[in-house]
Amino acid sequence: MNIVVLAKLVPDLVEELEIDDSGTALDMTWLRLIINELDDHAIEQSILLKEKTGAHVTVVAPDFEDIDDILYTASAKGADRLIKILGDYESGINNHAIARAFAPIIRELSPDLILSGVQAHDDRDGSLGALLAGYMDLPYVGYVASVAIGDGQATITKEYPGGLSAEMAVSLPAVLGIQVAEEPPRYVAVSKVRQAMKTAEIEEIDAGDFDLAGGAKVTRMFQPEVGEGATMLEGSLDDIADELVSILKELGAG
Amino acid sequence: MTAATAPASTRSFNDVFYESLFEVEDGERIRACLQCGTCSGACPFGYLMGFPPGRMIAYLRAERFENVIDSDSVWMCVSCYACTAVCPKEIPLTPGLMTRTKEEMLLAGNVPSELQDALMNSQRYGNPLGESPRKRAEWTRGLEFEVPTFREAKRAVDVLWFVSDYPSYHPRVQLTTRAMARVLKLLGVDFAILGPEENSDGDSQRLAGERGLFEMLAEKNGKALSRYEFNQVITSDPHAYNAFKNEYPKLGIEYPMQHFTEFVAERMDDLKPHLKPLEEQRVTYHDPCYLGRANDVYDAPRTILSAIPGLELVEMPHNRSTSLCCGGGGGGMWLDGFQWEKAHVRLSEWRIQEAVSVNADILAVACPYEPPRFEDAAKMVEGAGRLAVKDIAELLAESIEADA
Repeated sequence: MNIVVLAKLVPDLVEELEIDDSGTALDMTWLRLIINELDDHAIEQSILLKEKTGAHVTVVAPDFEDIDDILYTASAKGADRLIKILGDYESGINNHAIARAFAPIIRELSPDLILSGVQAHDDRDGSLGALLAGYMDLPYVGYVASVAIGDGQATITKEYPGGLSAEMAVSLPAVLGIQVAEEPPRYVAVSKVRQAMKTAEIEEIDAGDFDLAGGAKVTRMFQPEVGEGATMLEGSLDDIADELVSILKELGAG
Repeated sequence: MTAATAPASTRSFNDVFYESLFEVEDGERIRACLQCGTCSGACPFGYLMGFPPGRMIAYLRAERFENVIDSDSVWMCVSCYACTAVCPKEIPLTPGLMTRTKEEMLLAGNVPSELQDALMNSQRYGNPLGESPRKRAEWTRGLEFEVPTFREAKRAVDVLWFVSDYPSYHPRVQLTTRAMARVLKLLGVDFAILGPEENSDGDSQRLAGERGLFEMLAEKNGKALSRYEFNQVITSDPHAYNAFKNEYPKLGIEYPMQHFTEFVAERMDDLKPHLKPLEEQRVTYHDPCYLGRANDVYDAPRTILSAIPGLELVEMPHNRSTSLCCGGGGGGMWLDGFQWEKAHVRLSEWRIQEAVSVNADILAVACPYEPPRFEDAAKMVEGAGRLAVKDIAELLAESIEADA
């Protein structure tokens, strides 16, 4: 059983986001990157499957700054093979381009199962897993909350809005978009990560030139703006409270 | 967990673990354990731990230490040094047995999830609160004067103030941080901070079993400190104090360190003329574990409190080396939910009950973990409604700024 996990980094919201001079993208100068939370769940799910079935786990990631730390951490958790895909991710990269470029590389790894987070907060043109399944001509199920591997198929739980879940079987190979791993992503001691840095190897594969076709074109990126119709109450606390009370009364409250 | 620690010999995990305890300073004293059980009795959570310290040693001797590792008993340990302080054979239980056990728990992945979050935040952001490292000096914004970072000062500065995590980020503790800045300013101290270059001291993470993380954070601080010229380090955080005093030197990071209260107590002659009377109140002082029991600093805080006009210093039944832990040490700060589920009591409430029992108006503290912990606890304890929790720095600032 060969499991490939696709993991990427996204802007860390611990820092305030700023728009760059073009007005169409985030200013990357001060931005920190963090592993996409749901990709972390995908890694955890792959390790859980490895522990149950002895599967071989390969983690594949775009070569963003600090991706090595993420890959070594995955190795310390139990991933067998680490691959980073080199390429020009700077200029208007989108998920269509990544999926198109990664499809042949991942096919070479002959996976039985491909896991990725079901979404990321910088997915503007659809989620990576679904696009990858499209380019690889494989079945895709998203919002997956549990995976059991059987003979030539996987039995999965898929979550729906409104608290509904469904159990279904999908023939392998397949791509799954992980909503949540069966256990929370584990913490791995820094000493183990440091050990992995000494022993694990990160392979590099060049993605070549990206074909950006199909991605969404950002025409304007902006911070949330105060909408029309909002009334800002000003003055002393007492004034504001009085005004608020009269407005609420006017609107029929109380 | 045996594979991670045991060499490829036939020695059991039990043996390898036991011998690893000898590497701690005075660690071989564990051989002399009398099984008197004083440690387990002194432990604030000993009554509900499946394996209090004395029983852990019994299991170790019976070669059944795996039972301890398989339980989650040790996560009730708040590294308060109460066991260590009373051991008649002076076995270093807290830095040795308890911390080493947590390290094994961590390697085995047997870690409560709320603690994992604090450790992950410390790894990612250099502070357990998960705040932006760039905002580490934002607490200075509420001051009427500038607190320079070393990077801005671009010169040798007398005192490096290691601000630490909670004083930098926690909204309640920031009030004590700004009070301390005003006291230093009044004393004419030439000081600067590291700002965003500062990382968590890592000591509580170390005591929670994450030694590798501690070393990583210490290395980062060591690098930042080596860039600048200064004569000494001060801090309001007993945990940072403990790291600089007892742990960083082992990693080659050696700087003279004083707790804020020691630093001020040496300057009382300069300070006294500025102290104006506060309203007459009874104040009692809580000895933080890592200032008191772990480092024997008991007098400096009392010297300061006794010098503030209007305050009458009274002692609680548990004081100095028998002080009661606030519950925040050794990872306890990040295990409140876990410990509540097990115990359904808070150690901090016990402390508040004592403060109420001596009719104190003010509970004075000297550790950044304490204002939020004790203020929360005071809300839950009958009769504590009018008890104020104040850091010594806050009381000093109030006295300095009081109307003459």
